[in-house]
Amino acid sequence: MLRYIIRRLLYAIPILVGVNLITFTLFFVINTPDDMARMNLGVKYVTPAAIEKWKQERGYDKPLLVNYDENGLSKFTSTIFFEKSLAMFVFDFGRADDGRDIAYEIKTRMVPSLAIALPVFILGLLAYITFALLMVFFRATYIDLWGVVICVALMSISSLFYIIGGQFLIGKLWHLVPISGYAGGVDMGKFLLLPVIIGVISSAGANTRWYRTIFLEEMGKEYVRTARAKGLPESLILFKHVLKNAMIPILTGVVVIIPLLFLGSLISESFFGIPGLGSYTIEAINSQDFAIVRAMVFLGSMLYIVGLVLTDISYTLVDPRIRLE
Amino acid sequence: MLVKNDIYARIILLCAIVLMSACGDESWNNPYQAADADKNILYNAFVERPKHLDPAQSYSSNEIQLTAQIYEPPLQYHYLKQPYVLVPLTASRMPAVSYFNKDGYRLSDNARVADIAYTVYEISIKPGIYFQPHPAFAVDEQDEFLFHNLSDKETTKIYQLSDFPHMSTRELTAKDYVFQIKRLAHPKLHSPIFELMADYIQGLREFATTLEKVVDEKPEDNFYLDLNKFPLDGVQVVDDYTYHVKIKGKYPQFIFWLTMPFFAPIPWEAERFYSQQKLIEKNITLDWFPVGTGAYMLTENNPNQIMVLDRNPNFHGESYPTEGMPGDVINGLLDDAGKPLPFIEKIIYSRERESIPRWNKFLQGYYDASGIGSDSFDQAVQLIGQGEATVTDTMLAQGIRLEAAIAPSTYYMGFNMLDPVVGGISERARESAKKLRQAISIAVDYEEFISIFANGRGVPAHGPISPGVPGHREGEAGINPVVYDWKDGRAQRKSIESARTLLAEAGYPDGIDSSTGAPLVLYFDVTARSSEDKSMLDWMRKQFQKLNIQLVVRSTDYNRFQDKIRKGNAQIFEWGWNADYPDPENFLFLLYGPQRKVGNNGENAANYDNEEYNQLFEQMKNMRNNAERQQIIDRMIDILRHDAPWLWGYHPRIYGLYHSWYKNVKPNRMAHNTVKYHKIDAALRQQRRQEWNKPVLWPLVLVLIVATLGLIPAFMAYRRRERGVALGLSRHDS
Repeated sequence: MLRYIIRRLLYAIPILVGVNLITFTLFFVINTPDDMARMNLGVKYVTPAAIEKWKQERGYDKPLLVNYDENGLSKFTSTIFFEKSLAMFVFDFGRADDGRDIAYEIKTRMVPSLAIALPVFILGLLAYITFALLMVFFRATYIDLWGVVICVALMSISSLFYIIGGQFLIGKLWHLVPISGYAGGVDMGKFLLLPVIIGVISSAGANTRWYRTIFLEEMGKEYVRTARAKGLPESLILFKHVLKNAMIPILTGVVVIIPLLFLGSLISESFFGIPGLGSYTIEAINSQDFAIVRAMVFLGSMLYIVGLVLTDISYTLVDPRIRLE
Repeated sequence: MLVKNDIYARIILLCAIVLMSACGDESWNNPYQAADADKNILYNAFVERPKHLDPAQSYSSNEIQLTAQIYEPPLQYHYLKQPYVLVPLTASRMPAVSYFNKDGYRLSDNARVADIAYTVYEISIKPGIYFQPHPAFAVDEQDEFLFHNLSDKETTKIYQLSDFPHMSTRELTAKDYVFQIKRLAHPKLHSPIFELMADYIQGLREFATTLEKVVDEKPEDNFYLDLNKFPLDGVQVVDDYTYHVKIKGKYPQFIFWLTMPFFAPIPWEAERFYSQQKLIEKNITLDWFPVGTGAYMLTENNPNQIMVLDRNPNFHGESYPTEGMPGDVINGLLDDAGKPLPFIEKIIYSRERESIPRWNKFLQGYYDASGIGSDSFDQAVQLIGQGEATVTDTMLAQGIRLEAAIAPSTYYMGFNMLDPVVGGISERARESAKKLRQAISIAVDYEEFISIFANGRGVPAHGPISPGVPGHREGEAGINPVVYDWKDGRAQRKSIESARTLLAEAGYPDGIDSSTGAPLVLYFDVTARSSEDKSMLDWMRKQFQKLNIQLVVRSTDYNRFQDKIRKGNAQIFEWGWNADYPDPENFLFLLYGPQRKVGNNGENAANYDNEEYNQLFEQMKNMRNNAERQQIIDRMIDILRHDAPWLWGYHPRIYGLYHSWYKNVKPNRMAHNTVKYHKIDAALRQQRRQEWNKPVLWPLVLVLIVATLGLIPAFMAYRRRERGVALGLSRHDS
């Protein structure tokens, strides 16, 4: 398995280089280094000399991909792409255009993002699987029928509606929790209650239906019939045997997103005033801060690859027949 | 069964205890610490995170609300007086201005501008002003700085300034002001006003070149550039409390710059302290942690969440103004006349990116003031007459009041004068284009625009100068006669017929080019718009359709838009300007020929160039505000109105809502260091918060009941299923 993991991680290198190249190309198709300089220097009293100085100091005065003024390897190494990309592979994200350390910023903002994303993920997973199993348990009864109706209704509503509606009802009308805000330590709870509840509810419809489908498929298999024939209680069949055998499709969708939980949620964090990473990339795109954009895209793609590897490993844990070679 | 009932009873009891325990005085939805409830704290929100707090770099309106409370330039605007009046802040008196000829002889105050080689501003500051407590000033028993050469070990547990075990201060001197002026030329700071100031402050450009050379020779990151070692000809320390600034020629507007944080003092110790690489790696920089002498100091800087300003314990003291405008006494704005400032102990700015939670928290009393978004405008404001507004009854019931002020800004639609259609190439074409522009000026109804798209929050512009700025005229004398007639005591837009007549005279009768027979098509360059702006663009098309002109909207991203403007490739465009200071020069230079965007990289986006206007501008810019200057301005504006390089658009009116406990608020769009004058009645706020935010518990009970009622049949069905037998077996048995 170790060889497999090492091989997968080595495959990640060309993927990350490719992602970096695409990010670089897309960014500089829209924004030139001159635009970046103007964005930073402001709209008033900006002269070409000031723009040149800004670019020179930050290394944006070089050609983007190929430097025809240089010879040999320097043609490719003395470029913005090479100089800005290389350091990221040792996790040196450098500084944002406003001079602040990107790694420090990511570390600081990761915690609030996780504070919402982790409870939503764990509670959500438990709730969706439980509800799905209950619906399967009560399949073909009014509980199952109404469960599906409610799931479809929940799926049909935009997550933004849940947030605004939740803030209006629970925060504004009933005054039960703060409408928005964040604090560390013990005060964190009152701020996270509403976003976590809304986070769980807003995804409940789609996820519960998805898990219900998986479990229903398992219910038709022979081992379930055998278990029933042996006289096992239905609840035991569901919560022990069916759940365990349905883990492969569940893990496929779940494990891959675990590392991405660090990156937070744009809308939720924005409405609830959570100082997380959710808006970091979009703010950087708006302010044309390439240093942040490339760092965040690199981190996102890297975490996704880690998620995929973890998914593969998790298969071996739930199904002993699977071997990673 | 008894045992189970016992469990249910216990659960219900536990829920009841939890609910009852929450029925205390504290509101459940209070986003702040309960211990701060009755403290003298101002709570406000911010949307955009500040990028720079270094006074040499910061130039955004969202940053100045912080920096203006911390840094103290020598001058400030009088808080209550209108029009804007300059008064000393740290200066002991207003600067003494002396003019000199090229031989160094002093000239009289009325000397001809051509004779003035340079101007010297002598600025004297008050003694006894001290910087806020800061580790940069801390010294040991041998007077050696404690934290100027930090080792790796010493910085291990340092994450913010409060982690330093020692703080100290020192007296403010003239050297600190001179040091900051030198910082404007620092090659690593990229001060946004460097290029402008280099044209005026003697030797600043050469000083920057010297510094660049030094930096180029020492490329390492942790190199400390000691500005004290390099003299700057244009700035001299006279004594501990006096310094001179030497300006090339005459630039009377320089005095307004002395109210901005660009000219606030920076102690060299701070620059030295913050230059340490170990601190930079931890984002502990002057750009993040300011060092000032102002009424407040930044004690928490988390721009994603919260910015906290605490009262500066070393603040030199200042008194609330004793004079104001006639209405100020009635409005209670002079109740605190002469009392020591500041009134508020702490300011907490919370980041609130979305308008809905921001607005709702204001209504709950958790923010002391709020702007008004378009989505909450009808809920907050009702219009009661011509441009007059008041709060709605709901707001009034909460004790919320409205304060409005016209911003020293202008939003306009510009014509590119280099464009052959709207600008004209030949003399004849220029005359034709002028009539075309005049016709469009009449057709585009900005009164309607303000009413529909700005909720009435604006004043139609008759020229570039905003109300409240010298040079602006009110009433009949101030109307634009090309677009308006004065009827029944007010300006009335000319009829569309007169616009059509002008259009025909321009060679486009009924919107058809008489020379080619083709319909007239004009191009409106805008930055990429959201779907919300579509109605605005549709409205604009309809305005042009009144003249049968087809308006094609060319939407692009902001970078490409700026590029088009720089290269003169746009035809019609929208732009705006926020004045830096209340002088007509700061508006009229936007149409000064040498300030053209194309070729000169100036601020004249329309590329307007009128010889007479240019000459009058050069004459006017160096004059004092008197009748003669007004006469010149009148002539300049008359030229502009007839040439119509802009549709003059409108001057925005800024509305602010304030709770009843927030006092001494008078909008002053030029002064930003105003929090020191404000006052909070914390007891009243706490009382109102408690009244407005009592938790409503019945929904919780309802949810519990519904959940229980839903679970019972499910539980019964579960039991039935688990105890039941297979259907086939059951039939067989029966």
